[in-house]
Amino acid sequence: MKILVAVKRVVDFNVKVRVKSDGSGVDIANVKMSMNPFDEIAVEEAVRLREAGVATEIIVVSCGVAQCQETLRTALAMGADRAILVQTDDELQPLAVAKLLKAIVDREKPQLIILGKQAIDDDSNQTGQMLAALSGLGQATFASKLAIADGQAQVTREVDGGLLTISVKLPAVVTTDLRLNEPRYVTLPNIMKAKKKPLETVTPKDLGVDVRARLQTLRTVEPSQRKAGIRVPDVATLVQKLRNEAKVIS
Amino acid sequence: MTALVLAEHDNQRLRPSTLSVVAAAGRLGGDVHVLVAGGNCAEVARQASQVAGVAKVLVADAPHLADGLAECVSEQVAALAGNYSHVLAAATSFGKDVLPRAAARHDCALVSDIITIESPDTFARTIYAGNAIATVRCSEPIKFATVRPTAFDAAATQGGSAPIEAVAVVPDPGLSRFVSRESAKLDRPELQGAKIVISGGRGLGSAENFKLLAQVADRLNAALGASRAAVDAGYAPNDWQVGQTGKIVAPQLYMAVGISGAIQHLAGMKDSKVIVAINKDPEAPIFQIADYGLVADLFEALPQLLKELG
Repeated sequence: MKILVAVKRVVDFNVKVRVKSDGSGVDIANVKMSMNPFDEIAVEEAVRLREAGVATEIIVVSCGVAQCQETLRTALAMGADRAILVQTDDELQPLAVAKLLKAIVDREKPQLIILGKQAIDDDSNQTGQMLAALSGLGQATFASKLAIADGQAQVTREVDGGLLTISVKLPAVVTTDLRLNEPRYVTLPNIMKAKKKPLETVTPKDLGVDVRARLQTLRTVEPSQRKAGIRVPDVATLVQKLRNEAKVIS
Repeated sequence: MTALVLAEHDNQRLRPSTLSVVAAAGRLGGDVHVLVAGGNCAEVARQASQVAGVAKVLVADAPHLADGLAECVSEQVAALAGNYSHVLAAATSFGKDVLPRAAARHDCALVSDIITIESPDTFARTIYAGNAIATVRCSEPIKFATVRPTAFDAAATQGGSAPIEAVAVVPDPGLSRFVSRESAKLDRPELQGAKIVISGGRGLGSAENFKLLAQVADRLNAALGASRAAVDAGYAPNDWQVGQTGKIVAPQLYMAVGISGAIQHLAGMKDSKVIVAINKDPEAPIFQIADYGLVADLFEALPQLLKELG
């Protein structure tokens, strides 16, 4: 079974971004970039399926600037077999990414497509679902458990009310949630090996996809900042303040 | 200009988040219709017809729609979307699962988790774990958007008397099926809309210790929340997680107990009216946004809190 995993290069989750005062956006120049944490989980799940003998090949794809190659090399070092970079400097929004991935899906015909549930920069949580719809496939989003058997994926999903288990026919799109697995650390020998694994570069034009941005960002601002309040010396004072000052409890 | 709101429900009761989406839809200026897609969901349609501001309720009632499967519900939405200027759903796990499919079927972008409506085509949403707010303009022929429930006060449950109309059911595409559901029965308010939330972090140390928190929650009629660390460690179930990729809440009072205050957790609760932090580490980042900070051992503070609350 072939698995396709999509990964995104994003600002590292530890970085608290600075909003530019002219409203033009977030300052990410010279900021540490990493693989989106949910996408690490996606790669890890694919590698585990291969180690379990369920998958035979893992293809990892990323869409964006040339430096996405680094993200792809990390995925290869984690255990993916080959990589595809869809290279463009244009702003890519979820619908465009979904179309690019669909073109790759049409080409590679994977039985399982795994994406992270959301990218921690844009926080959209759309691409996997859109890809599934464009490809006419079933989906299982926010997966915390995944089992493949008899041409189906049985997926336990983390939903607002608890856990929901569904069975979806393959090929299908699965998006990962935090507790699906804990990604492995990349070892130096594997990083060296990854340099020899194939990495192909294509463009949106090669794939026949129009990636025009549909949503226009007019301005980006900082949210109103909360200031630290006061320290209270003990519980009694805390309760008194909540009752009489803040008036949020009776 | 007419907006279609996708209702969220369990075939018996309309969920409160839908009321916030109806309120948001009302701000667009045109009529608001509500789509109830479910199985034996006539009661939900009736409740929806009574919501203030709803002009019409559309019902698609069939067994394959009963479990809210994304492939089925999204096809139902997509079949109707062409009649509307806006299609909205709550930014809940259901809305986020379903609406992007419908948008993609119409080759339209979707604006996720909007917190403000500036005009019928301009919306604000948070990015970078709530550290920035982007105002976006959508010029698509149909504006698909998910709405953050805490950003819009719920429409009243009474006052409306909309006609209910059955719509043609789109057949089951047969791509997935429901297997099972695990949800804890709650004797306390739901996290999403609760007025008071008490959250525990890794500092609680065990699921057993969360019961201490539960006692305080019971006394305050509060909902229980948790940090990602606590959920990962198995001290709390996943649906208690508050944060960037968990639930985003905005209660009157949020008490963070044994929670350090990582960026991702803050994203889920920093719009709370009053924030209290109890942590034995005086340097914990949570104190930077807490209105009232108590540096204390939570195992001493919690019993004291119970006593003080009476």
